[in-house]
Amino acid sequence: MSLPLGAFWMKYTLMINEGPYQRQSSDTALHFARAVLAKGHEVIRVFFYHDGVNNGTRLSVPPRDDRQIQQAWSDLAKAHSLDLVICIAAAQRRGITDAKEAKRQGLDTDNLLEGFRISGLGQLIEGSVEADRTLVFGG
Amino acid sequence: MAMLHIVNKSPFERTAFESCLKHISVGDSVLMIEDAVVGAMQNTRFSAHIEQALQESSVYVLSGDLAARGLSQERIISGVTAVDYEGFVDLTVECDTTQSWL
Repeated sequence: MSLPLGAFWMKYTLMINEGPYQRQSSDTALHFARAVLAKGHEVIRVFFYHDGVNNGTRLSVPPRDDRQIQQAWSDLAKAHSLDLVICIAAAQRRGITDAKEAKRQGLDTDNLLEGFRISGLGQLIEGSVEADRTLVFGG
Repeated sequence: MAMLHIVNKSPFERTAFESCLKHISVGDSVLMIEDAVVGAMQNTRFSAHIEQALQESSVYVLSGDLAARGLSQERIISGVTAVDYEGFVDLTVECDTTQSWL
């Protein structure tokens, strides 16, 4: 590559529209996010939309020798202080809920994984405005 | 304004790849990821489209996704460049914008 690497750093917003274990895009986005961070760039927001909200459940129990996709996002968020945002409307349809919303809806439990938060589509727009690059994965 | 076009669907399954190649501008880059990597192989009914695109654009393929499908880099179309995730990131930096053809 001809670019003088490290000469400037970029801010990224990632949008993920596909669930874990659905096809490949959640894995692709994880690999890409790790590579972005390894190069010293910044991931300012990861926005999970459509079936992508299923990346944020803490009740998934994959076989031990399989990829632990949801946990991998959570771990990456913890290691790099990432802002993982789940679309509230998409989450409500798919049964992804935090404690506050579960209480409001009278549900008997919540299932949002540590490192994720639930918010609105405005977070995607804001992230795209503030980022140098916005990439869409899945769908 | 160079754009990086990211394609993730096989050209033998969906028409997104073909649509992408019809929309690219001179100097743009195309990156094949996920199932789209089969589009990089020589001697398919799609390879002429890639060879045409190579005349005015740069074309890349994600090496890990080739390997995951048992496809050898030795069989990709001449002029197509294999990149890893680090190279993928560099492409997004070099190009001004990105477009995912989903």
